[in-house]
Formats: sequence, C-alpha cells, structure tokens
Amino acid sequence: MDLFFEFLTTLKNTVVDVLPILSIILGFQLLVIRKPIPHLKQVGFGFVYVLIGLALFLLGLEKALFPLGKMMAEQLTAPEFIHAGEQVLTSIHWLDYKWVYVFAAAIGFSTTIAEPSLIAVAIKAEEVSGGAINANSLRIAVAIGVAVGIALGSYRIVVGHPMHYYIIGGYVIVVIQTFYCPKLIVPLAYDSGGVTTSTVTVPLVAALGLGLASTIPGRSPLIDGFGLIAFASLFPIIAVMAYAQITKAKARKVEEKVEEKAKEKVEK
Amino acid sequence: MLFSMPHQLILFLKALLGSCKDLLPIILVIAFFQFAVLQQPMPNVGDILVGLSLVVLGLTFFIYGLEMGLFPIGESMAQAFAKKGSISWLLTFAFCLGFGTTVAEPSLIAVAKEAAIVAASGGIITDTLESQLSYANGLRFTVAFAVGFAIVMGVLRILRGWPIQYLILGGYVVVVLMTMLAPSWIIGIAYDSGGVTTSTITVPLVTALGVGLASAIKGRNPMIDGFGLIAFASLTPMIFVMIYGMVIS
Repeated sequence: MDLFFEFLTTLKNTVVDVLPILSIILGFQLLVIRKPIPHLKQVGFGFVYVLIGLALFLLGLEKALFPLGKMMAEQLTAPEFIHAGEQVLTSIHWLDYKWVYVFAAAIGFSTTIAEPSLIAVAIKAEEVSGGAINANSLRIAVAIGVAVGIALGSYRIVVGHPMHYYIIGGYVIVVIQTFYCPKLIVPLAYDSGGVTTSTVTVPLVAALGLGLASTIPGRSPLIDGFGLIAFASLFPIIAVMAYAQITKAKARKVEEKVEEKAKEKVEK
Repeated sequence: MLFSMPHQLILFLKALLGSCKDLLPIILVIAFFQFAVLQQPMPNVGDILVGLSLVVLGLTFFIYGLEMGLFPIGESMAQAFAKKGSISWLLTFAFCLGFGTTVAEPSLIAVAKEAAIVAASGGIITDTLESQLSYANGLRFTVAFAVGFAIVMGVLRILRGWPIQYLILGGYVVVVLMTMLAPSWIIGIAYDSGGVTTSTITVPLVTALGVGLASAIKGRNPMIDGFGLIAFASLTPMIFVMIYGMVIS
C-alpha cells in the first residue's frame, strides 16, 4: 500500500514536470495551428502511458538502483577500500583506483543501455534510415563511448589533470572524424552526445565524481567533482562516428570481394 | 476482435522481455561489484526486486507511449507549422519548447542547487541562502535561455539546409576560446550543464520535431537535416554558462 502512495507521489511529480511542455504544445496547437490534434485519442493515451511509464521507472530507480549504485560509488572511492591497511597516505598512485575505472566504465555502459531517451532516438534513427542504422548497434556504440568517457574522466580526477585538455583533445578528434566519416551519420552522432546523459546515468555518475573529488587529497569538489557528465557526452560522438566508419570499411571489403569474384568469373 | 486480446498480450510480453534485456547489464554490473569486488551481501533483496520490476514495467510503458503519443504529436506539429509557412511562429514555438522544458527540468534544478552550495563554500558567492538561491536561479535561467536559443538555431538550420558540422565545430571553437577567458570554477559546471539539459520527454519530442520538419520541407533529407537539434541544445549551455560565470565574477 505504501508503494502505491509512493507511486502516486512520483506520478504527481512527473505530471508537474511535464506540465510546461504540455501547456506549450496545447497552447500552440490551439492558438497558432488552430487545428484538432490528429488521432487525439491515441496521442492522449500515449501521453498517459509515457507519464505512467516514467513514474514507475523513476520510482523503481529510487527504490533499487540509485541507493545501491551511490553506495557502491562511495565505497569504491573510500580510502579504506583503496588503501586497505595503509595508515599514512604519502602519495596516491593512479593504479590504486583500478576498480573505480572498471566500475565507471561498467556503470556507464549499462546505464546508457537502459537510458529511455537514447532508446527513443535509436528507434527514430532506425526508422528514418530505413533500417540502415540498427537501433541496438547504435545504442551499443553510444554505450561504449560513455563507458570510455566516464572511465577516462575518473582517471582525470584521480591524477588531477586539467579537464579542458581532455575535452579540447576530444573536440580535435571529433573534428578530424567529421571530415572522414559518412555524412549521413554526422548529425546523429552529434545528437547522441546529448541524449546519453539523462535519467539513469546522471545521478550515478555525479555521485561517482563527487565521491572521487571529495576523497582524494588535493582535489576540490568545485573544480574536479563536476565534469564527468561532459566526458559522457563527448565520447559517444566519437564512438558513433567510429561505428559508422567501421561499418563502411566492412561494407567496402565485402564489395571488393564481390568485385574480385566477378572479375575472376569474367577471366575464366 | 477475437484475436486482438491475445495478440496484444503477446506484444506486451515481448516489450516486457525487451525491457528486461535493456536492464540486464545494470543488474550484472551491480551484482558483480557487490559480490566480487566489495564482497558484501546484497542489502534489502526484496526492495531491489520490487524496484527492478517497476523499472522494467516503466520502461515498457514509456516506449509504448513514445510511439503512440510523443513521436506523432512532434511530427504532426512540425508538419502543421511547415504547411502554415510562418517562420516566426515556428521559431517562437522552438524557443518556448527549449526554454520551457529546460527551466523546470529537475536534474538541472538539482545541479544548479549543488553548484550554488559548492560555490558558496568556495567563497565565490557570499554564503547566505539568498545569494545561493539567486546564483542557482541565474544558472537555471541561463541554461534554459541557452537551450531555447539552441532549438531556434537548430530549426533555422533545418529550414535553410545549413550543414551541421560547421555550426557545431564553430561552436566548439567558441567553447575553447571561452574556456581560456572564463573563471576556472565555472568551467566544470559549464561543461556539465550541456549534458543535463535534455530530459527524457524533451528528447523524443525535439527529435520528432526535427525529423518531421526535414520530411515536410522539400529538398531536406530527414537523416542529414532532421537530427542535430539535441546537439545544439547540449552545446550552447556551455557557452552561455561560461558567460554567466564571467559576468558574476
């Protein structure tokens, strides 16, 4: 019964969050477009499903994943775990934090796979590309990007390098890739940077970043605690373009083989 | 009608199974770290199981509603605006959609609050509740304005058919230049603010709007011109928040 009331509270909060969007849509539909919404009943039910779905999703995350994930981030970054037995901390070595990097990558990958907004964009991309872009492959490519990004971002917090070197370095890679990868993928790749970090990923990643920055001597949460999300939005762009480049290279190889065989046939 | 119920049920079960698959990686990761690395028993197994089933159900409902409601409304509005032919109304709608969905975004509110607390303890702003609130609100409105501006830019790009790469890469150059000029305490927050703006409901709506516009306008390719709105929405907040930091200090 408690659970049901918690659900109602979450549902109410979700509805409140959605109200601005809903009023903008309705306002423009009624006052500017001045036409009834096509398939009104279906769209209305769709909205209700989205609201119920989001409320259930958030409640479940709060109940199961966030407490556990945040606790893990704290435990893995805690000095007792990293420097078990050592009483006096003379210096920190980046390898002491190896489990943090593994956790960062694993949690980045797995939360991205479950990210609803990425699912939405992937479905749309598969539909628009007529199946040339596979929704699941796209999601895996993005998830790999997030995994690499968050692991690298954690490493940066541990060693204390300035963040903008990494971000600017990442931009340089994006610029180079943009000129070499298939043109069709470029906008989608840029988009995938923004969609990765929402409901599931942000709270866990923020906990990891703040945990690291507040336990490592010499790091300030103000300067070092933020920034992990930026890594998580940059590296998926690189990963998606790389995915397109690899697919293209593979397709070319298959084409070459087919051509070779055709030539052989002609020669015979 | 006779077949519709079991058919619907099978579709629903299939969707549920898909959501389970989406969630499986998280379960494996958490279990591995809990048992193998931290070597602790799983706390509140009952709660976790209930929570996980809620997440699976929620994801399934969300995806159902996405294809029934969010995608169609985004696309039909895009088509209606394209038919109406009024660019100024379309741009107004674009700005409202960006600004309105961001200013109330819970994760942005949370991040702004957090940033205000950290800034107060770092002595950037005076340590009173009032100045924290005004700092957090300033941050929120800056980001919301940036996202509104971004959707307007993105829609203009679709209308005109400008290639996205020059705009985005140009934006990167601005980000890099601003990084050198802005105070160092704002940079992390600025970079992060690009990521937190795009919520679960905004993304499908904005994507459908872009794809719908690109399909409704002659000579635009939905794949090349339709995507990219979200890219703008994650780029401009970085620039605007760094400006905000410069103004404040």
